[in-house]
Amino acid sequence: MSAGIDLDDVCCDFGSFRAVDHVNVSIQPGEFFSFLGPSGCGKTTILRMISGFTEPSTGVVRIGGKDMRGQRPNQRPTALIFQNLALFPLMTVADNIAFGLEVRGVDKGKRRARAEELLRLVDLPGAGDKMVSQLSGGQKQRVAIARALAVEPAVMLLDEPLSALDLKLRQHMRAELRAIQKRTGVTFIYITHDQGEALAMSDRVGVMSHGRLQQVANPRDIYDSPVNGFVASFVGENNILSGTVGNIGQGLASFDTPLGTFRAKMAPDTLGAVKLYVRPEHMRFSQTPGAENSVPVTVGDVAFEGNFISVHAATQNGTVLVAELRNDGTGAMPTPGAQMHMSFDAARAAILPDETAAGA
Amino acid sequence: MHDLLRRYGKGLTGAFVLLTAFWLLVLIILPNLYLLENSFRPYLPKVDMGGPLDTYSLNNYAKILTGESPTNVFGLTVTLPVHVKSFLLTVGYSAFVTLISFALAYPLAYYLAKVVQPKSLPTLFLLLFVPLWVSEVLRSFAWFIILSLKGPLNFTLLGFGIIDAPIRWIAGYQSIVIGLVYTYVLFMLFPIYNAIQSLDTNQIEAAEDLGSPWWRTHWRVILPHAKPGIASGAVMVFMLSAGSLLVPVLLGSTDSNWFTQVIQQWMFEAADWNTGSAYAFILLVLCTVFVSLVMRVFRVKLSDIAK
Repeated sequence: MSAGIDLDDVCCDFGSFRAVDHVNVSIQPGEFFSFLGPSGCGKTTILRMISGFTEPSTGVVRIGGKDMRGQRPNQRPTALIFQNLALFPLMTVADNIAFGLEVRGVDKGKRRARAEELLRLVDLPGAGDKMVSQLSGGQKQRVAIARALAVEPAVMLLDEPLSALDLKLRQHMRAELRAIQKRTGVTFIYITHDQGEALAMSDRVGVMSHGRLQQVANPRDIYDSPVNGFVASFVGENNILSGTVGNIGQGLASFDTPLGTFRAKMAPDTLGAVKLYVRPEHMRFSQTPGAENSVPVTVGDVAFEGNFISVHAATQNGTVLVAELRNDGTGAMPTPGAQMHMSFDAARAAILPDETAAGA
Repeated sequence: MHDLLRRYGKGLTGAFVLLTAFWLLVLIILPNLYLLENSFRPYLPKVDMGGPLDTYSLNNYAKILTGESPTNVFGLTVTLPVHVKSFLLTVGYSAFVTLISFALAYPLAYYLAKVVQPKSLPTLFLLLFVPLWVSEVLRSFAWFIILSLKGPLNFTLLGFGIIDAPIRWIAGYQSIVIGLVYTYVLFMLFPIYNAIQSLDTNQIEAAEDLGSPWWRTHWRVILPHAKPGIASGAVMVFMLSAGSLLVPVLLGSTDSNWFTQVIQQWMFEAADWNTGSAYAFILLVLCTVFVSLVMRVFRVKLSDIAK
């Protein structure tokens, strides 16, 4: 029923432009896998190679272990949900959903019954006779999912299908998609540039930049243990400090910056130019200098964001550091102009290969 | 109107409106009204005009029903008035021309709208337009030469050994059909091209992704979307073909008699403008009725075409 996908050293060139560069990844049957990256990073090209609209220049795409070379989209066990959904506006909702069955020669009565069944699955019972134009954005979304599910695909491919929805609906549909995936057990491959979506829904996330897969890991590891500066700064915010590596110890290294020397995690095989990355939520304020990794600052902007408070603070040489403090009623809130100390745990900071070095 | 005034001022706006009104009224409406009025009056010597004989009647229209001619229709002999037969053949062959134009234009329109690289579009459009820079008379005459018994078409076909003996192309209505298709096929191409071009390519891909073979994608997704374009192209090609005089005159054979030729014969050979006018209105009204019936059958609304 559901199938795994192997991308085996896949490249895709458009003229002299390499859109996808030696991508290797194995996606498990029934997995919810997201490709996350900025626009132009090659994630849509990967999706089109899996669905069959684009052939890889080199390398092999396998679905369920079967080599897909030369297989047209209508011969592959995949169903693609387009960014703009691409519902057929001249057909009713039921005809849209049943189109894949009509193609397969299923008779009218069975088609209708299956469409109704799928409409119930996506929580739109009785909408079969409506025209697509009569539906709201979220309803169209569900119809597109139902239409794709109707052909009982082994793999569902989703190309940023939530990007056109408003925030509330988007969050709702996230949960919905995840639930449908769990219910059907189909492999979902999800393309997005929205890190929140990718982290919230996926079993694993592949972060892409410049056609290359930078890191494949579960959402927590992507966020907590990024492999390089690109992943760290694309997924979430960071304070980034330049400097040079000093002593290297047990998984930790010292890092000399104009603000002083800090200690942070560093992988033993780290090569090339590096920077220090610390997430704003790991920054703390105190009246007295912290035990380690502490720097005196003057508090600048304090922005109240509701569930957290974003604080900008300037160091003595003018570098601005950002902290996000939870609005949980504990701890003193810094006030603008106050002289304080900012510090972070060595275990919460990382020395990573530079973002530009990773992309090149 | 308000926008026009603000943008061009009183003088220019007035000129636009007056020129358009002149064109509509003096060059289109008045001549047609004149012909309409004449079509109900008898053809009389000058001295009798305005006299007691000059009364309104439908006699000119009734003339189409005179002059029986036995006709063989699918093995059955039917007796039809000769001009009714000419009218029916004109409508039938015009419909045929429309059908062939569609068969030629649809694949080309799809190719131009969805397959071809956008950067080669200007060249292809130029190639399509170049023949239009030559006058219709010359183009029809060129076809007369191409199709003639010892012309280049037979020469080429004989040369390649495709046929053994030259074919008499200019016979019956076939040369008229060829000429009309050539002359009016672009009127079919461009509305269909516009319609297909406005179709979201993702819909074509979605159909294919759902397992649809190419022909079903055309039948269920592309054709329904292109229907208004096809309808407006078909109406144009049909009306232009049925109303064409030049092509039937130049490319007609001894066996063919297009209805416009009958009108022309009434007006210029019999010098009977009254009956000619009546025939012209018969053509206009019956073709309009035919087109609206066909549109009804294919469930196309007038507002779809106007888009």
